[in-house]
Amino acid sequence: MGITIKVSVNGKSHEREVEPRRLLVHFLREDLGLTGTNVGCETSLCGACTVLVDGEAVKSCTQLAVQADGAEITTIEGLANGSQLHPLQQAFWEKHGLQCGYCTPGMILAANYLLSHTPDPTEGQIREGLKGNLCRCTGYHNIIEAVRYAAEQMKSG
Amino acid sequence: MGKVLGTSIKRREDPALITGRGKYTDDLKLPNMAQAAIVRSPYAHAKIRSIDTAAAAAAPGVVAVYTAEDVQKSGIPGMVPVGWLLPDLKVTNHPILASDTVRYVGDAVAVVVAEDRYSARDAIDLVAVDYEPLDAVCDPKAAHGHAAVVHAEAPDNVAFDWEIGDRAKTDAAFEAAAHLVRLDLRNNRLIPHAIEPRAALADYDPANGELTLYLTTQNPHVHRLLMTLASIGMPEHKVRVIAPEVGGGFGSKIMHYPDEAIVSFCSMQVGRPVKWAATRTESNATDAHGRDHVTHAELALDGDGRITGLRVDTYANLGAYLSTFGPAVPTYMYATLLSGQYAIPAIHAHVRGMYSHTTPVDAYRGAGRPEATFVVERLVHLAGDQLGLDPAEIRRRNFVPPDAFPFETQVALTYDSGNYAPALERALELVGYDDLRAEQTKRREAGGKQLGIGFSCFIEACGLAPSKIVGQLGAQAGQWESADVRVQPTGSVTVYTGSSPHGQGHETTFAQIVADMLDLPVEQVDVVHGDTEKVQFGMGSYGSRSAAVGGSAIVKSVEKVIEKGKRIAAHLLEASAEDVELAGGRFSVKGTDRGVGWGDVAIQAYLAHNYPDDLEPGLQAVSFYDPANFTYPFGAHVCVVEVDPDTGAVELRDYVAVDDVGNVINPMIVEGQVHGGLAQGIGQALWEQAVYDESGQLLSGSLMDYALPKIHRMTQFHTDRTTTPCPHNPLGVKGVGEAGAIASPPAVVNAVMDALSPWGIQHLDMPLTSEKVWSAIQSPRRASA
Repeated sequence: MGITIKVSVNGKSHEREVEPRRLLVHFLREDLGLTGTNVGCETSLCGACTVLVDGEAVKSCTQLAVQADGAEITTIEGLANGSQLHPLQQAFWEKHGLQCGYCTPGMILAANYLLSHTPDPTEGQIREGLKGNLCRCTGYHNIIEAVRYAAEQMKSG
Repeated sequence: MGKVLGTSIKRREDPALITGRGKYTDDLKLPNMAQAAIVRSPYAHAKIRSIDTAAAAAAPGVVAVYTAEDVQKSGIPGMVPVGWLLPDLKVTNHPILASDTVRYVGDAVAVVVAEDRYSARDAIDLVAVDYEPLDAVCDPKAAHGHAAVVHAEAPDNVAFDWEIGDRAKTDAAFEAAAHLVRLDLRNNRLIPHAIEPRAALADYDPANGELTLYLTTQNPHVHRLLMTLASIGMPEHKVRVIAPEVGGGFGSKIMHYPDEAIVSFCSMQVGRPVKWAATRTESNATDAHGRDHVTHAELALDGDGRITGLRVDTYANLGAYLSTFGPAVPTYMYATLLSGQYAIPAIHAHVRGMYSHTTPVDAYRGAGRPEATFVVERLVHLAGDQLGLDPAEIRRRNFVPPDAFPFETQVALTYDSGNYAPALERALELVGYDDLRAEQTKRREAGGKQLGIGFSCFIEACGLAPSKIVGQLGAQAGQWESADVRVQPTGSVTVYTGSSPHGQGHETTFAQIVADMLDLPVEQVDVVHGDTEKVQFGMGSYGSRSAAVGGSAIVKSVEKVIEKGKRIAAHLLEASAEDVELAGGRFSVKGTDRGVGWGDVAIQAYLAHNYPDDLEPGLQAVSFYDPANFTYPFGAHVCVVEVDPDTGAVELRDYVAVDDVGNVINPMIVEGQVHGGLAQGIGQALWEQAVYDESGQLLSGSLMDYALPKIHRMTQFHTDRTTTPCPHNPLGVKGVGEAGAIASPPAVVNAVMDALSPWGIQHLDMPLTSEKVWSAIQSPRRASA
């Protein structure tokens, strides 16, 4: 029944047998215990489950775990460098870019992907880059501020 | 030490949330935990002929399958209660699992308990329910006397028929009116959409008969009480409800739903922890919806544009069952707000609460107040148009003047304080009003995209209170809040609050209150919430009440702690307690340099070695604060839109929000609350709508079909404040959680209607989709062609 997959998650290798239909998000959350990745809609629309798969932002609720075989995955738990927060994490904190925090891991990883290819985004580029991620608390105002601030910090840092 | 109250310190909640360490309900995993999935009705209205669970029970991984029959056999009450009664309210049974009739798409019919999420989900498709579909009715006005009857107890589908105000006086005002403005509107039905779907994890321990329930809740103590009284029936002291991190609520996590009772029942039956987490589709079908009014409203004015009367007739959809506070929302939370910011001498409102074959309707961000504000602010806009008065000017003419407070409205409320004109003037200045009007004139001449400017001068009533009054109005609960402030022997402080946050940052702001009063570093104060076993009692977080009611309870407790501290200090200083003051982290004898440190007093309270004879040891105080009145935040919002007549597309260009929420504990958090509320109100105005077809199918059951505000369609907001402190609570705070959602729908709609005025379009119902706007523009064009 099961298929064995090998993935690297946050720099740690895992070899596990999974059902072919198992969603990547359930593999991360339930098999590996990485519950920082949240599920908001199961239809790729809210983006709460966004993780990085081989450096690209992927909605893990609509990717199968078997599709990630051989991939390097980064979840919110793997973004900080030890106790040193990633500039995006720091920026979301400084700029009040989160309230309930449920969309935040996905939002931060989507923003991370945006900054990886557009390090100095305009407001319009931030809006375009994050339009696959829904936040119901902030009205996005402070998310825009946070991503701008992180971009500045990363540029100067 | 600098004062911490009123400063934008960073939130202490955030480090866990930005690193993925926050634990929401569905993140929890208990040993031997099973997973539940709920079988839900695909029909809006049907008889259940039979349910065959055999195939599901035999499926791999399935532990048990239960139906209403099992609930009845177990002896638990199994009913979902209503928490607000009105005179002649037609209260009906709401079983946690439907026994013979289903009344909306999503009504729970059976539950499968399995070893894991996938097995449970697979097995619910094997539960064979034989339904006899029946006719359904979804529209609240159409439901009146409709042949499709939701409950036999309400044969005309009217759950309540309620009025407020003076009908005769209002009719007389209309007879004498120089101008009359009429408006028929539909306030669109909304789905709250907290990004975290509802979830529950029940852990019943058969050894001691105790149930621990981890729940997505805004009010764990209220959930515990309602479950004790009506659904589970276990003694209250045997039930512990815990709110872990809660991923947004906006009202939808106030209510007692069948689901948490169902999982609790399952855990009691199987003797294992059982978890259920809603899918988004499940959430959309079963989270209490908001709004859904059909309203006819009329405004009477004299020759100078002064409002002389308002009458309102509303059909409010309550859905298939009475939700926890369902009856309160379209009555006391709605019609009592119909005076807005205006001195209206005669008001009458008639509200019918209607059963329909739809998801129950209850409090959603604003809860009644957005509906009231929409009626008033749309009418005032139309009146300005009709009388040729600038929308700012007609509002100025009708504001309750600043010297008229406390102001008694014609609809039962007494506004304690207010000063409305300065907020409007500030908003006009921030938005650059004169320049915008000049630009608008030019664009009208030039054609192409048209500019629209819309206003909303709103009032809200927050912190439902006092208990004695709300009890007379039908509430089956008190409306106080409690706080326990415990000083540790080493001087640090733990606050236990009954307010239960879900993103608002109580841990930060409540610590600011205490640190400020005690002049301690804010890091010395911890805030505990969301657990009925840790927190003495509480009413929770809703109705923008946490700062005004929960914060005030904390102040009361800190005051008691300070008083006791003074007595201990006076003993140590051999002075009189009346002569001792707390300042700079020390208790000192006034006018002298003699004093003892906060820590010295704290340790002595627990050593009690050198201590007053007539004083108990310990330094801790519990308070239950019952407010004297509601609080009345207000503000002036201006929305600027561009409308493309060729496509009907509405683009937000600017949004200015000047709010008066009284004193502010943390400006950063207050602004964040305003932003979030604005987005939800703008969403209602432009995109959001729950849609049912004629058979009662929910067509907007997923995020594919329900348009939430997305980042690329929003704009940055311009916010500012005026400050009129609340006169009756110790912090002078009023509440901010709902302001944006209350104010913004009419601001946006008024802006779009302003842009469309060259086409003679007076009103369009929300949401103002491109198609709706384009069609409206086309119809007069076609007519004149």
